[in-house]
Amino acid sequence: MGEEYKLIGGYPKSMRESIKKVEATRSKRLKTSVPAMSLAARDDVLNLCHPDYHKEGKRALKIGVNKGDLAPSEVADLIEAHPLIDTRSVDLKKIDIDTDILIIGGGLAGTSAALLANDNGIPVERILLVNKLRHGDSNSIMAQGGTQVADSKEDSPPIHFIDALGGGHFTNKPDVLKALVSEAPVALQWMTGLGVLFDRMEDGDFVRLPGGGTSRKRMHACKDYTGMEELRVLRDEFRNRKIPCLEFNPVVELLTDPGTGKVTGAVLWEMETGEYKIVRSRITILATGGFGRLHIRGFPTTNHYGATNDGVVLAYRTGAKLRDTDTVQYHPTGAAYPQQIVGLLLTEKLRSMGGQPVNVNGDAFVYPLEPRDVEASAFIKECYVNGLGVDTPTGMKGVWLDTPLIDLIKGKGAIENSFPGMVRMFKRFGIDMIKDPVLVFPTLHYQNGGVETDPEGRTNIEGLLVAGEVSGGVHGKNRLMGNSTLDCIVFGRISGATAAEYIKKHKENGDLSFKHLERYGKELKEAGIKTERRAPILLPEYRGKAVLQRILDIF
Amino acid sequence: MSKKDIMGEIAKANSSVIKGVDKSEIKHWANIYIMGQRYEVPADLTIMQAMEYAGFRFIHSCGCRAGFCGACSTIYRLKGDYRLKTAMACQTRVEEGMFLVQLPFSPAVKPRWNIEKTGYEDGAFLAYFPEIARCVSCNTCTKACPQDLQVMDYIQAALRGDFKKVSELSFDCIQCGMCAVRCPAEIVHYHVAQFGREMYGRYGYPRNAVLDKRVSDIKKGVYDKEFKDLVKKNKDELVKIYKDQLANKDKFIKGG
Repeated sequence: MGEEYKLIGGYPKSMRESIKKVEATRSKRLKTSVPAMSLAARDDVLNLCHPDYHKEGKRALKIGVNKGDLAPSEVADLIEAHPLIDTRSVDLKKIDIDTDILIIGGGLAGTSAALLANDNGIPVERILLVNKLRHGDSNSIMAQGGTQVADSKEDSPPIHFIDALGGGHFTNKPDVLKALVSEAPVALQWMTGLGVLFDRMEDGDFVRLPGGGTSRKRMHACKDYTGMEELRVLRDEFRNRKIPCLEFNPVVELLTDPGTGKVTGAVLWEMETGEYKIVRSRITILATGGFGRLHIRGFPTTNHYGATNDGVVLAYRTGAKLRDTDTVQYHPTGAAYPQQIVGLLLTEKLRSMGGQPVNVNGDAFVYPLEPRDVEASAFIKECYVNGLGVDTPTGMKGVWLDTPLIDLIKGKGAIENSFPGMVRMFKRFGIDMIKDPVLVFPTLHYQNGGVETDPEGRTNIEGLLVAGEVSGGVHGKNRLMGNSTLDCIVFGRISGATAAEYIKKHKENGDLSFKHLERYGKELKEAGIKTERRAPILLPEYRGKAVLQRILDIF
Repeated sequence: MSKKDIMGEIAKANSSVIKGVDKSEIKHWANIYIMGQRYEVPADLTIMQAMEYAGFRFIHSCGCRAGFCGACSTIYRLKGDYRLKTAMACQTRVEEGMFLVQLPFSPAVKPRWNIEKTGYEDGAFLAYFPEIARCVSCNTCTKACPQDLQVMDYIQAALRGDFKKVSELSFDCIQCGMCAVRCPAEIVHYHVAQFGREMYGRYGYPRNAVLDKRVSDIKKGVYDKEFKDLVKKNKDELVKIYKDQLANKDKFIKGG
């Protein structure tokens, strides 16, 4: 193997030289820090370097309820596309599964919805949860930092409300946000009752940490495995109750009543065998998550394998209204090295606890806890405008996150105790983040907008509820740390309860049809969109070019 | 440099991660065997990325791609070695001569319990998981754990009815199922751990009186008036409240 392949403590020689400079400035940086930016300076860096402020990456939607609204081109491509299935080859007369409540997606939102529907009087056999991958394969399980809950004496739901409203640039739907913050303590009480192990102090009280944009300590974490711990407990309760669940069965189209336009069911497609199934439901909860795997503007992502925007595509065809489609959240600290983990999340908590961003020369260049969009833009500026980024062997650039500072500030063992998941991940690739800094660069993290919801989880389409990342409104144009797991749990619970109430009042089933697709097809044609594109895409494509060029589709 | 150049450059730098690696960029290669068949793949990739490079498109055995979900359990052997090893495909770099098989599920049984009705007592583990008494302390589970957890130690703690120890030792479990697949005593370790953590989370701490009061205040409508006033305010007024709140934050979040 060649010289360049030799690594010292996980890093090649060129990066080691920069680490020496980081080490040289560390004791000085321990005492001084870069001040926070003024609002004007924030605007400058956002305009110069934030992908969202760069209009070329977006276009106005040509069809549907939100015609004229801006969306990332990658999203617009999926919206302006044909259905995945040929509807003529699907027989809607034979109903394979008849249920009251169909829940699409098995992350925190979908799982919470199922439990609350059951709590509110719907028998388990009248609920069905369907997943594209396994139950729990979701962005929820990857959440690290924590869940915001205003439960301490010096905090309150209205204070939480104002923090989230400011963080969202005052574009959040106030009534939906009010439901989020008011139900947060209820959700926390519910989760601890089911056995979720949040970080506690000796006396049993919760450990609470601040996050970017919070004015109180409100973050409830489970080490750096918050989403995983919440999800595995809720999923276990789901399994204890034996709620029906289908895995590897993505929804490829929703079904609507031809007369009323109400959502009345869905077409499932079994990925392994290719067989379709028709589900009839009286109400459907969409909890399909976000769109990181669309790699908007060519960014790597923190998201799971199935985050391909399916829910928004399917709902939009039925006439559901979207909002805030123009904003995308980039997390400042995605891993930028080694190549094997590029884009994966390094939690904001690393900076909450003292980690500092540093350039190739070992100099601090930005206040560590600016809002996420500002912090990310400052990293991009340092690398691509100031030319002070660190080059990786594969041609990427990044800045250092000086993690060894955390133990110097918080005491020996702080990194290992608070970030076992991160330490383990870097160790697998030969890097010790307790001794050495890690290289970071912004990564595609969160879908701020989505299908517009009201405080009860309802959309403008009867029979269709939404919960979690697929929904739009609660975070406005920017979400704060710790409000995403909270969103999933609170609106999962609310949508489950709303669905149960609906079922008690509506005993009739609607008819099943693809009528909404006829209208959609007509709109595509009238807008002059000529395309071979089909959506939803279900999974991203990572197979090697060499193989793809020589595939024969004969079996 | 114009904005367009910046975004273009970033996209170019990331292209191998997003679109897959290009053959012309690869300097180092490794031979791996997927279900017995040999494939030449870039030596810098994870097992998961290498299989994709070779032309496999995952349906099973791929979830979060970041080491949290346990979907990509892999059993492998190296050429010339007799031992079976375990790994997460998304978190392990390929090695020359790896013989690989993916294990999307461990078909294990999960007993059902009701957290409300189960007694928080030493014998609870044995009541639901009698098989843990068959543990022969061979430590195979610990060796199989891709998270490097002390699996056998938490099974021993479960035998003693030590909920706290089980919770601490098993907390980072991603439920990949490797322990259960390798165990000669047919123990399903990760379910034992799940039970222990839930019981400890529910009963191991005193009820939080502050949280209970907050919930009851919310239900009583204590904050209704404040919200009603907030919702009526115009944007300028809200911006002022937000700025004041942030300006005073230091006295509340100091020592974060």
